[in-house]
Amino acid sequence: MRSDIKNDFPIFANWREKGKPLIYLDSAATTQKPARVIDAVSEYYSRYNANVHRGTYELSQLATDLYENSRTAVARFINAERAESIVFTRNATESLNLIAYAWGLNNLKKGDEVILSDMEHHSNLVPWHIISRHTGAVLKFIRMNSDFQLDLQSLKDNIGPRTKVVSVVHVSNVLGTINPVKEICRLAHEAGAIAIVDGAQSAPHMPVDVREIGCDFYALSGHKMCGPTGIGALYARYELLERMEPFLGGGEMINEVFPTTSNYAKPPYKFEAGTPNIAGAVGLKAAVEYLEAVGLKEVEEHEIALGDYAARRLAEIEGVRIFRPKTTGTGVVSFTVENVHPHDISTILDSEGVAIRAGHHCAQPLMRKLQVQSTARASFYIYNDKSDVEVLASALEKGIALFRPRKKADVTK
Amino acid sequence: MSLNDLFTEIILDHYQHPHNHGLIPNPTYSSRGFNESCGDDVQVSVLIKNGIIADARFSGAGCSISQASASIMTDLVKGKSIEEAKKLASRFYDMVKGTEGEYGEEMGDAISLQGVAKFPVRVKCATLGWHTLEEAFAKNDGPNSSEETK
Repeated sequence: MRSDIKNDFPIFANWREKGKPLIYLDSAATTQKPARVIDAVSEYYSRYNANVHRGTYELSQLATDLYENSRTAVARFINAERAESIVFTRNATESLNLIAYAWGLNNLKKGDEVILSDMEHHSNLVPWHIISRHTGAVLKFIRMNSDFQLDLQSLKDNIGPRTKVVSVVHVSNVLGTINPVKEICRLAHEAGAIAIVDGAQSAPHMPVDVREIGCDFYALSGHKMCGPTGIGALYARYELLERMEPFLGGGEMINEVFPTTSNYAKPPYKFEAGTPNIAGAVGLKAAVEYLEAVGLKEVEEHEIALGDYAARRLAEIEGVRIFRPKTTGTGVVSFTVENVHPHDISTILDSEGVAIRAGHHCAQPLMRKLQVQSTARASFYIYNDKSDVEVLASALEKGIALFRPRKKADVTK
Repeated sequence: MSLNDLFTEIILDHYQHPHNHGLIPNPTYSSRGFNESCGDDVQVSVLIKNGIIADARFSGAGCSISQASASIMTDLVKGKSIEEAKKLASRFYDMVKGTEGEYGEEMGDAISLQGVAKFPVRVKCATLGWHTLEEAFAKNDGPNSSEETK
């Protein structure tokens, strides 16, 4: 990774709150934005703002072109077969909800089975809880082994003629585990089920090829990959989109509307009711182009190397326990510290300018599996380097010293 | 703001050696509170005798601030009426939110949580025990519903 890459992200120069440089280690929650993306959004509003798909004047056509060019860019980014396979959403959560409602609600019935995994984010759990309440479909789980990897045997043992959906996270937002989604999709299709991949933590961090993976659906969030908040995408095999009922109704998604009935536009427009996040899409295209210029292979290698280094460095500190697989980890490093609660760790690190996440990371069932209430999580991206790991480690050592076990003191009554 | 303003010796002592830890077998009031965002979990139970809080205990798991604050709270409310405890809760909220005022003797060890006001993200931790106490008092099923004491 080039050493001046931090300069691409204005926040690092602008951050002055603590009189210390910003060591941002929460990119799994959201990444910082390069100037190129910020400028693209600003330029869109300054020069091209108009509503899309229905204007009869040049400005609207320009806005429409920018919006549709973004769709093409996202399709290229994940190697979708055609731009029309990309539906713009707010984020991966909305993409997954779209599948659950538009596909799940209409195709699942009592006794059908949906297979998820032990390491899902709430966004790939709660929608299925809702759909299973409506349809009577049963939820099953691919189990996690002691090295924080999915146990494919537990999928093979559970999958069968009743399985209609297999939906798994590509990269765990807590453990960083890269799951064997290609194999999982193959097994799903063998059983006649559809295969869904939650790509919120993979699209930003590694080359992704949805055709190579062989999934039917793939969800991503723009803000986790240098793009603006409020824009995400759903990739779907086009035939599936054609057969699906709409998710939201309104303008843009219709063909003809009568007082009591309506028919719908072709996908992807059928799934984009209302004025979309045009500026967000423009920003997402800039983000995609930025990441392509950096090179996704390089992003991946940089993060894995940094994750490996951080896991090794933190493990040297007494009392630190790392939750990361030995061989399939990424730039996500979750940890706990004996006698220091993750929330206290976060406050201690914050005082040193280090931003990490502490909590359940929207994965409460996984926390229970790990038998912890919460973890601290450092997640690295292209603008981090080894010096950030050193600041993290020394701040952590300082905090541990502060919390060293004391004898019962007389300071209290 | 310094970390020592937040993680004072008194707080760390309460965190590492909590007072009144556990549950009262047959409490008059009890409740359980969570901070969804960080997973702090506090259970509070109190025993009322002759209109006075004769015993108050807590259990749970969470960060130093939530657990120390609950420990300090159980010390403070013992010997007080429910109304006095509620008044103290309201004074406590004012203090950790940084409301100007004199916070003296009546706050006891809770005065050591004054520094929380400089750490807005930690206010929720400090108030969890107190909110849970107030929820216990507010429960409609009133004193001593039998299933809560099992």
